[in-house]
Amino acid sequence: MRDQRPAVILLVIFLVSGILLAKLFAIQVLDDSFLKRAESNAIQRVVDHPYRGLVYDRTGKLMVFNNPIFDLMVVPREFQVGDTARFCELFRISKEELIEGYNAANTYSKVKPSPLIKQLSTTDFARIQDFLVDYPGLFILTRSVRSYPTPTAAHALGYIGEINAGQLERDTVGYYSQGDYIGLSGLEKYYENELRGQKGVKYKMVNVRGVDKGPFKEGEYDTISIAGKNLTSTIDLDLQRYGELLMNGKTGSVVAIEPKTGEILAMISAPFYDPNQLTGAEFGKTYSKLNNDGSKPLFNRPIMATYPPGSIFKIVQSLIGLQEGILTPNTTFACNRSLVACHNHPNPVNLFGAIRNSCNPYYHQAFRQIINREVSSNTFKDTEIGLNAWREKVLKFGLGGPLGMDMSGEKGGDIPSSKLYDRVYGAGHWKYSTIYSLSIGQGEMQVTPLQMANLAAIFANKGYYFTPHLVKAIDGDSKKIPAKFQEKHSVGIDARHFDLIQDAMAEALYGTANRAVMKDLVIAGKTGTAQNPHGEDHSVFIAFAPKEDPKIAIAVYVENAGWGGRAAASTASLMIEKYIRRTISRPELQEYVLAGNFIN
Amino acid sequence: MKEAEVQINRVDWIAVSIYFALVMIGWFNIYAVVYDSQVEKSIFDLTISSGKQLVWIGTAIGLITLIMVADYRFFENLSLVIYLIFLLILLVTPIFGKEVNGQILSIGVGEFRIQPGEFAKFATALALAKVMERPTFDLSKRNYQFIAFGVLLVPVALILLQPDTGTAMVYFSLLIMFYREGLPQWYYVVGLGAVSITLLALGVDNNLYLAAIIFLVIGGLIYLGKKSWQRILAFSLIGIGLIAYIYSIDFVVSKLPPHQQNRIMVLFNPDIDPLGVGWNVTQSKIAIGSGGLLGKGYLEGTQTKFDFVPEQDTDFIFCTLGEEFGWFGSFVVISLFAGLLYRLVIMAERQKTRFSRIYGYGVVSILLFHFMVNIAMTIGLFPVVGIPLPFFSYGGSSLWSFTVLLFIFIKLDSSRATQLGRIS
Repeated sequence: MRDQRPAVILLVIFLVSGILLAKLFAIQVLDDSFLKRAESNAIQRVVDHPYRGLVYDRTGKLMVFNNPIFDLMVVPREFQVGDTARFCELFRISKEELIEGYNAANTYSKVKPSPLIKQLSTTDFARIQDFLVDYPGLFILTRSVRSYPTPTAAHALGYIGEINAGQLERDTVGYYSQGDYIGLSGLEKYYENELRGQKGVKYKMVNVRGVDKGPFKEGEYDTISIAGKNLTSTIDLDLQRYGELLMNGKTGSVVAIEPKTGEILAMISAPFYDPNQLTGAEFGKTYSKLNNDGSKPLFNRPIMATYPPGSIFKIVQSLIGLQEGILTPNTTFACNRSLVACHNHPNPVNLFGAIRNSCNPYYHQAFRQIINREVSSNTFKDTEIGLNAWREKVLKFGLGGPLGMDMSGEKGGDIPSSKLYDRVYGAGHWKYSTIYSLSIGQGEMQVTPLQMANLAAIFANKGYYFTPHLVKAIDGDSKKIPAKFQEKHSVGIDARHFDLIQDAMAEALYGTANRAVMKDLVIAGKTGTAQNPHGEDHSVFIAFAPKEDPKIAIAVYVENAGWGGRAAASTASLMIEKYIRRTISRPELQEYVLAGNFIN
Repeated sequence: MKEAEVQINRVDWIAVSIYFALVMIGWFNIYAVVYDSQVEKSIFDLTISSGKQLVWIGTAIGLITLIMVADYRFFENLSLVIYLIFLLILLVTPIFGKEVNGQILSIGVGEFRIQPGEFAKFATALALAKVMERPTFDLSKRNYQFIAFGVLLVPVALILLQPDTGTAMVYFSLLIMFYREGLPQWYYVVGLGAVSITLLALGVDNNLYLAAIIFLVIGGLIYLGKKSWQRILAFSLIGIGLIAYIYSIDFVVSKLPPHQQNRIMVLFNPDIDPLGVGWNVTQSKIAIGSGGLLGKGYLEGTQTKFDFVPEQDTDFIFCTLGEEFGWFGSFVVISLFAGLLYRLVIMAERQKTRFSRIYGYGVVSILLFHFMVNIAMTIGLFPVVGIPLPFFSYGGSSLWSFTVLLFIFIKLDSSRATQLGRIS
């Protein structure tokens, strides 16, 4: 009995193999319906791409929309042209264009579709549609490209492009597939999930020639695509455009913020480009051109360029001094030019005078008192403790790290800690005389134009800020913007200390930036000059206005334009007027800025 | 004596040749799956599956070398240790393993991962061989059955924790080996009967027909046989039990998770879920079915080049073969598998120790099950179960585990003369 068992097992083995082979013979050789189905592959799965969300400016003007374009695609292996002359007439192309297009497609792939005629207009599309059935291997691919009715705010809006391999790999939920478009910079990238919507899937019945035979089972299995959400940007389109007009031909940044909300009213990075250049079929060509351009138009200066803050930082020093009780409005220091260079002004000065006249020796001496508190009898140790304590207070002003706005690539600048000096000089080998440049915003300190605009907002708000952001509402709902933009940040300075600062900033305009003064609109501002070892200094100005009820805080950087009171202050003053008055009453100042001759 | 040893201690080159033939055909097929005429990549390109598979093949040859130079007693003496080690790994896998789609199948560090469920197969086969090798071990006795099933069911329970139903099912293939070793025949009759009735109950829409047939058959048996009341009672109870069972199946199936329900129901009606589970089977059948007698030619397949079927280089690798080499290709590969299994049965029967024979039948059982279920599922004869085709499917764990499984037996077989010497 048991001896039969190996035979039974062998029998099972051959029986299984036989059944498999028989079934295979049935479906492979006897039944040719599978071959037919493979040829027709009756059900085609077609992804329905949703419309990407639109972008409006803060007043409801359209900034970004989708423009449908139609490409005539060809699959070379299936394509039969028949009468060439008739084809050219119907599709309105020359014989040469047809041959060239077909050859290009054929070189790319015989079986995959390539565009034969790109970007047909809607009327051409309607006309051609009827002839298409006569030509196997031809079909229309509808795509939409981003379009910009006003060619402005390219850096803030960003661009979309085809997803690359790395991004596909990071897409863990499997939403994207090869050839999909994805936000690559600016708002398009940060709000990708909101803008993209939700893809749908349609199952279509098609015959061998790929001709549509209608939805499969009346669309029972189809899912409908959901259009992306629309964004309302914080940008004021008119102000943004005016800023770009003023900055045209220059290099630098303008960032304007509504102080009470942190909403960015304008964000200009000069030189800039027309966002329409980076859409659709032109992307590849234009992108490399822009990317190789020596003036770096793709570089987003407001958040990526860093400069020493210069004299403007003296206001932060003053506030820290006041809060710590080291400075009072009456604290006076002599303008001792043996400590650090200064310019002619009354001597000695109190705090108000120091801000108004931007007195360097005053801050040299004040900063020494902030740093060296004699916590330790060892000067070196004392300086280290003082520097790190001071740094903590400076960081609260949104400096020394990215603010976290809704745009990727934001630089944080740098506020040095003892670690930096320990590394450079060795621990215990540096003291106040090593770091005194920090007192006047020079030395090892870097900030971005965005951070400077945020500083102006802090001064306007008397001690708090909202993280600057570019989106006001998602689908019209302001509650849907990220929670971090609705959170108030205090800088740890009592509001009362700001009165003197604001007064001094308003007064300072008369001394350092006469051009920026307006008769009936009080602007509080501070000039700065970012030292540039490679050439002419950079002109810097921050301001907010109106002083009594600030509606706009602004930072302007004009590179290689020298003294802050000229280029930057004039630009800022015009921007403020444009935003608050909506019109320009000083054509001569506008001419001065447009001419761009600031050095002489 | 020494000379005789050298002569008899020979590697079974037939089995080894079939193994390498299958591995190489599999490798070429993996390349066909990833091959894209637009992007010309060499079969050796390490960024695609075929290149990686070549690395797995290379390392598998390393494993073979290790197994062949090791002492055959190593596997026998350490079989229980190996078994316990893999049980331990299986135990910690749900805790430390990597979760993919709700399953935790693999464990390891970084890129280096193994699926312990795959390797525990040979460990279980070894352990069973060790436990059952004693001359007194008799599978027709209840207490020995408990021991054998215990050894079998512990890894199954641990694998169900991952949960990986497909791999867990593979372990039950060792029932084939139990059959050879004397598990009573009526177990199989009852078991296969239950399976047939279950399939019938699932396949026939109206259970009333089945109930009527059972009623008639039982009634006929009662009418024809001796009419003692015990017999009538027994037959009636069996009949009522069967009818109750048929009706309970629909109830049980309705309690299963929907995707498992679909996998079963799609067998009887591929159109039930044409875009879900049915999509895979339908597309797989279209691919294989369109191959015809001689196939479309190597790398010329159209169906398998697109993403119709997921896991095309692993569980559905047979599609590519069927499409590109047609029925002729299927015939060659199925013949190779049948030939290998036949050879292994012959080899198992010539073993001089129970340990080697039992392990040999363990190998036969596991390979037969994988081979049968994997191909059957691609042509719609069996529900879609995620198990690989031995030596064919892409993946290190799968190739390594089958290689180890097979070559331990080839090693034992090649040492049978020495083993005999030890015994006598």
